[in-house]
Amino acid sequence: MSEQQFDVVVIGTGPGGYVAAIRAAQLGFKTAVVEREHLGGICLNWGCIPTKALLRCSEINHLLHNLDAYGFKAENITFDFGKIVQRSRKVAAQLSGGIKHLMKKNNITVFDGTGKLLGKGKLSVTKDNKPVAELKAPHIIIATGARARVLPGLEPDQKFVWTYKEAMVPQEMPKSLLVVGSGAIGIEFASFYRNMGAQVTVVEVMDRILPVEDADISAFARKSFEKQGMKIMTSAKVVKLNKAANDVEVEIDVGGGKIDKVKVDRVISAVGITANTENLGLENTKVKVDRGHIAVNQWLQTDEPGVYAIGDCVAGPWLAHKASHEGIICVEKIKGLNDVHPMKPENIPGCTYCMPQVASVGLTEAKAKEKGYTVKVGKFPFIGNGKAIALGEPEGMVKTVFDAKTGELLGAHMIGAEVTELIQGFGIAKTLETTELDLMHTIFPHPTLSEMMHESVLDAYGKVIHM
Amino acid sequence: MPHNVLMPALSPTMTEGKLAKWVKKEGDKVKPGTVLAEIETDKATMEVEAVDEGTLAKIVVPAGTEGVKVNSVIAVLLEEGEDASSISKAAGGGAGAPPPKTVTPANQPKETSKPAPSLAVVPQAQPQQAAPQGKPSNRIFASPLAKRIAKEKGIDLASVKGSGPHGRIVKEDLEKAKPGAAPMAAPGAPRAPMATPSGPDAKALADAYGIPYKLQPNNNIRKVVARRLTEAKQQIPHFYLSIDCELDTLLNVRKELNEAAQDYKISVNDFVIKATGLALQKYPAANVSWTDDNLVQYERADVSVAVATPNGLITPIIKDAANKSLKDISNEMKELAAKAKDGKLKPAEFQGGTISVSNLGMFGVREFAAIVNPPQGAILAIGAGEQRAVVKDGQVKVATVMTVTMSTDHRCIDGAIGAEYLQVFKKLIESPMSLIL
Repeated sequence: MSEQQFDVVVIGTGPGGYVAAIRAAQLGFKTAVVEREHLGGICLNWGCIPTKALLRCSEINHLLHNLDAYGFKAENITFDFGKIVQRSRKVAAQLSGGIKHLMKKNNITVFDGTGKLLGKGKLSVTKDNKPVAELKAPHIIIATGARARVLPGLEPDQKFVWTYKEAMVPQEMPKSLLVVGSGAIGIEFASFYRNMGAQVTVVEVMDRILPVEDADISAFARKSFEKQGMKIMTSAKVVKLNKAANDVEVEIDVGGGKIDKVKVDRVISAVGITANTENLGLENTKVKVDRGHIAVNQWLQTDEPGVYAIGDCVAGPWLAHKASHEGIICVEKIKGLNDVHPMKPENIPGCTYCMPQVASVGLTEAKAKEKGYTVKVGKFPFIGNGKAIALGEPEGMVKTVFDAKTGELLGAHMIGAEVTELIQGFGIAKTLETTELDLMHTIFPHPTLSEMMHESVLDAYGKVIHM
Repeated sequence: MPHNVLMPALSPTMTEGKLAKWVKKEGDKVKPGTVLAEIETDKATMEVEAVDEGTLAKIVVPAGTEGVKVNSVIAVLLEEGEDASSISKAAGGGAGAPPPKTVTPANQPKETSKPAPSLAVVPQAQPQQAAPQGKPSNRIFASPLAKRIAKEKGIDLASVKGSGPHGRIVKEDLEKAKPGAAPMAAPGAPRAPMATPSGPDAKALADAYGIPYKLQPNNNIRKVVARRLTEAKQQIPHFYLSIDCELDTLLNVRKELNEAAQDYKISVNDFVIKATGLALQKYPAANVSWTDDNLVQYERADVSVAVATPNGLITPIIKDAANKSLKDISNEMKELAAKAKDGKLKPAEFQGGTISVSNLGMFGVREFAAIVNPPQGAILAIGAGEQRAVVKDGQVKVATVMTVTMSTDHRCIDGAIGAEYLQVFKKLIESPMSLIL
């Protein structure tokens, strides 16, 4: 087995790794990737994409059960759960195949195996403990991602306690579920299973669900979910699981020394992530790990010259698009391009594909105040928007937060139909540093949901029209 | 085919200039090297020479026109045997178009083998802060938010260096900038006309009080000097150090040298220039400039020497003064001073320099403090060499003494560094043999 020389080697081919590799190849670097499982990583295979496929099905189920509102009538609506899961897998497989094609098209060498740093720009690739290759590269990018965090007492057992992975490919539809954690992953599964007809309970240790979102959005989401029949327990903590033959009794500390007991078929643990930093050979380098994540500077450089890290294995937010963008910044900086700019965390949008959808960018109202801003806040409800009414989606709101002094758009927070497709408008606004005036002067087409973005800005300055 | 004669860029920062005079008139035959016209820029008057042989067929921009944009067509040259009807096509190039293209209009038969036109004056490649050349627009790219913050804080956006995409000014750049702050960021860039503060208007007051006066329009040199000095005095934290140097030995050495001389006459100022450069070479810590990100440590000492001219102040440069002989410095200085007085200095001869010297000794000035010549870090103000009573070993003696005052940019040169530099300088002046070697 001979040593092979590359300019850039990327470990991991999730949305951080494969994007970094393609950009590197575009810039003329001889590039290789090392992937131990599937091209596309968690995002394509076990995350963003297959869950969106599932959620699409739950939306359709929801519509089918509300046909009456649109003047349709159907009886005996049923679904084949196996087929729904199968569709989700097919979507993932199709996209993973797409990455394979992209690697080939860009002349990127793909090594099937586990990468390990040996120091001094060297890297070994092994598969099932057998050596596959030894690589040498002046630039090695770690993009190994993360996995589900495991809480003691809530260890996944593949039967009763699931992580996102088991929750995505169940053999059969559980009748009742308890979701631990109400971040994006927990809420998406809760929403999917609820809309498919399961009894769903969400347990959140913080005092509100979707804790990173604006408090108004959290409250709105909670109301919507509860209306749909979801049970939500906040400031609550799972303390014990009593597993029986076919179900689990979950003991929940709801505060004040009170323990509630809930009996469910399955438990989904969605309590955050743990970075994949083990068995990477970091001990052979100066790479530092800080609170579980690889420490990097604004250019994604670690303490070891020539070793970089991007995506979920470094500090958050742990989002695919953030990983991809880091990959590009990292590679363009290696190339020494001029117009490379560090990531601005306040410009990274976040999306949750529950029903109603949630999307946001920038500071929440509370965070903005905490940072000392005097804010102007605008809100506009879906009920005031023609397109939303026509769609039969009157539930939701758009909230904007401005710096009263400069008119800077500090944050935008949305809940309702299709808001995940709208948030980029505010993302562009933030990236270009628009003020309220530029947004007010922008002409939003009618009739669209985007008009609510305009109205929300107008509302912040007392100029709202349709309210 | 007709060749367009374009307005040349005489310096990297030049965007426009004045067409001072036509030396040739329409119909004159010209050869390569023939002076066609004189152009006055912000710093100097330059001659425009023809590169091709032919006839000056048409003068497009008349003499005395101000604000002629670089690369705009100023005249058209015809080759032997061509007639004037082809002119209209050639002159269509217009301002701002990239120079090589204006020369060969697209519909002309290809004559690519022919070296393109027309001017001997080549814009110099001095890498000064890459001002966007030939860009006619003064538009400043800034985000809406940046514009608003600038307005609120009273920051002139022209003085801010943008760090956003394509140099766009973004919020972050303004958080670093201070109100009324430093155009130092891009000293070369063409900027809004004047930085002089608006005090009471002299003309208005003279009118009001009936003081008789006449007006003398400011030429470009005066305008640039005024702006740069205002900026320098306002933005550079100056401090001043004075030292006395005894000149008796130097004067004796000079006398001996000049007595033996055939082809040179060395002045005290030539010694001062050499000592200024050599002292920087021996003590490089003073051969520095400040930039926001870096201290620029020069590896050669180029001495700018202030020369008063009828048109204003200009500072021709003795490059690498430390390693030139007194004779060379002397001859070069004479040549440069003569060119400066005629307004004929080339940009390369007065742009740059790592330290300046200003000598008013010949006017009997005892001592004075000069204004730092940005982006340099220091300037030496040389007073008169005069006999003074000096106390030595408890005895009053007569010595010829010259007071030298160093003005420095405190951002890059601290007091102790300036003082040590002056010690080295003094030693060189007082033991002048080391200046001859």
